[in-house]
Amino acid sequence: MHVEPPVCNHVAYAKKEDIVVAEKSGADILVEALCDLGVEVVFGYPGGAVLPIYDAIFKQKRLRHILVRHEQAATHAAEGYARSTGKPGVVLVTSGPGATNAVTGITDALMDSIPMVVITGQVATHLIGSDAFQEADTVGITRHCTKHNYLVKDPARLGATVHEAFHIATSGRPGPVVIDIPKDVQVATAKYTRPGPIQHKTYRPQIKADPAVIEQLVDMLAAAERPILYTGGGIINSGPAASLLLRELAKITGAPVTSTLMGLGAFPASSPQWLGMLGMHGTYEANWAMNQADLIIALGSRFDDRVTGRLDAFAPNARKVHVDIDRSSINKTVRIDMGIVADVGHVLEDMVRVWKARQHPKPDTSEWWRRIEGWRAVKSLDFPEGDGKEIMPQRAIRALWEAAHDRAPIITTEVGQHQMWAAQHFDFEAPNKWLTSGGLGTMGYGLPAAIGAQLGNPKALVIDIAGEASIQMNIQELATATQYRLPVKIFILNNEYMGMVRQWQELTYEGRYAESYSDSLPDFVKLGEAYGWKGILIEEMSQLDGGIADMLAHDGPVIVDCRVAKLANCFPMIPSGASHVEMILQTDKVAGTLDDEAKALV
Amino acid sequence: MHIKEEKAERHTLAVIVDNEPGILARIAGLFTARGYNIESLTVSEITEDKQVSRITIVTSASSHVLEQIVAQLDRLVPVHKVRDLTTEGAHVERELALVKVRGTGEARIEALRLAEVYRARVVDATISSFVFEVTGGTEKIDKFVELMNEVGLIEVARTGIVAISRGKDAA
Repeated sequence: MHVEPPVCNHVAYAKKEDIVVAEKSGADILVEALCDLGVEVVFGYPGGAVLPIYDAIFKQKRLRHILVRHEQAATHAAEGYARSTGKPGVVLVTSGPGATNAVTGITDALMDSIPMVVITGQVATHLIGSDAFQEADTVGITRHCTKHNYLVKDPARLGATVHEAFHIATSGRPGPVVIDIPKDVQVATAKYTRPGPIQHKTYRPQIKADPAVIEQLVDMLAAAERPILYTGGGIINSGPAASLLLRELAKITGAPVTSTLMGLGAFPASSPQWLGMLGMHGTYEANWAMNQADLIIALGSRFDDRVTGRLDAFAPNARKVHVDIDRSSINKTVRIDMGIVADVGHVLEDMVRVWKARQHPKPDTSEWWRRIEGWRAVKSLDFPEGDGKEIMPQRAIRALWEAAHDRAPIITTEVGQHQMWAAQHFDFEAPNKWLTSGGLGTMGYGLPAAIGAQLGNPKALVIDIAGEASIQMNIQELATATQYRLPVKIFILNNEYMGMVRQWQELTYEGRYAESYSDSLPDFVKLGEAYGWKGILIEEMSQLDGGIADMLAHDGPVIVDCRVAKLANCFPMIPSGASHVEMILQTDKVAGTLDDEAKALV
Repeated sequence: MHIKEEKAERHTLAVIVDNEPGILARIAGLFTARGYNIESLTVSEITEDKQVSRITIVTSASSHVLEQIVAQLDRLVPVHKVRDLTTEGAHVERELALVKVRGTGEARIEALRLAEVYRARVVDATISSFVFEVTGGTEKIDKFVELMNEVGLIEVARTGIVAISRGKDAA
């Protein structure tokens, strides 16, 4: 008996006679295209609508699949992998809840410009729109939290779509791309040939700046009396060469360098020209230098509200140059005197070349540096030591840095006070070592990101600096690290509060701690042990260095519950609605309230 | 505390896009997500192979926001180009309206007379009603509809603005 294969509107199923021309199933095409694109690791979670793809993965050896315990963690692991290796992160999840669980990480990658390709299963094409089991409108839901997305209805289009998706995710301003693949498209067959270099019809990011503009920029920098280089995550995204060129430019021009949260590591913290991070929890010298500068060159940074503070008081006397690969970043929040749409690495290269070709002498910025040293003398990151027994959270980070920095560790964080303390007190010397959720501020980012980073860098020391509240948001990933024998370390600064929420409640709501106490905490040591991790408890100063040494010495995953001063706050701080020069320092009193205008700001 | 609003100007944008599924949702969603206004939006295929569409958007925003709207639209992957026709110089704007009017006797005659003044064509007629087709700028259509309201307006269907630059060059 001859049975007709099921046929639906968009998919031509293979008939017997076609098989001789080596058509492949959509699932096999996907796997082959991923391999052709150099993908080595896929973070995912199986389910009904991706079973054909999982079967294709089962039958091959080139792609390694990492089974997470929640789809959100797959996206953050892919982000950690991408940020630490420079390669795109790849995620594979099922339809419906698989896709919706991935949305937070996709949005996170969009905000922080992380290259990521997310493959989602979808119900069969003829079921789309029928409220089928585990159906969600994935392309509709992810349309505005992706750089681009696709619903592939024809297996013959699948290979080209995968290649195009990687091109879009990794070029220009990187970002997440979703490919939604209905189950029948995974089963149906078509021919796949590896496409050549992609020349997209409409998507052509501008990479190089106009040489005349570079000349003008070099003129401005050479003439400036009080210049500052304000760098961001764009330098990291541009690749390690951009970091080297930034160092070169700083060296030949003598200009001070500050950075956003996302850009830490692009410029070495040990350099005398480094002012530290700027913005809400930035250093006194970085914020004052921004405020007093006569020329700000923004390099791959985006004038985020956490950086600028009150806009009408932001850098009032500076001419502002903005180098960004995304045209929409320019003039978005701050009015710019000169916008340059290009890859920041190319602009740095051109600037260094023009500067050297002209044989510019190093400008005399000694007066500027004298003022900067004055601000630096405030030592805004200094913090009061405890009673000798109690551990200050800042001290814990410094101790971790002392013990670990020789091994050039990769540091991930969750979100909150511990994140800002890590940014302030853990000094980075190289790019791709600092992985944090900056734009979206996603609690629960750090552990899966550490897992992704460890997979991309098997020999590296990877530490998630966490808070006791954030870590619980993706705590299930302890199992993932155990399964793949990943020796990640979690260092929890446990103050029994959602500390940043509590800090804001002190500042704004007269200390009414609405729901910010971390009640009913688990015993993290036992919890770690239950998952096969080593657990270490640090309760007082005398145990700090020893506990950290034990953590670093253990060849396997370790969770450290480091009990720190419960009510320590993160300073310096620019409160909501204030300018760069209205910083609250460590010694200032912070209890009180704010007016409604300030309360309305995040 | 009160929320402040900036002074807005009305601008007409021409957006040339690849005609792929979801493109309209992408653009409309961008406007809502970023809090921009859409006064009217029209879309149609403009090439023989049906691969390219032209979207005409009338928006009102401050000049600062307008610059962002153009940049944000331009950043969408399927967008070929974005032109702010209002900024770039002289252009022609037209819309079409179908206007249904009911009435007998003097009202009916008055409706026909006014239609003639506005060069509206009768595209449907019954003993007690007309459907007029009228084209022109937004103000002209507004005025015509206002007059028909006096005579016996039943309902109106309008296309929204389509626009093109004057002169020999493409937008």
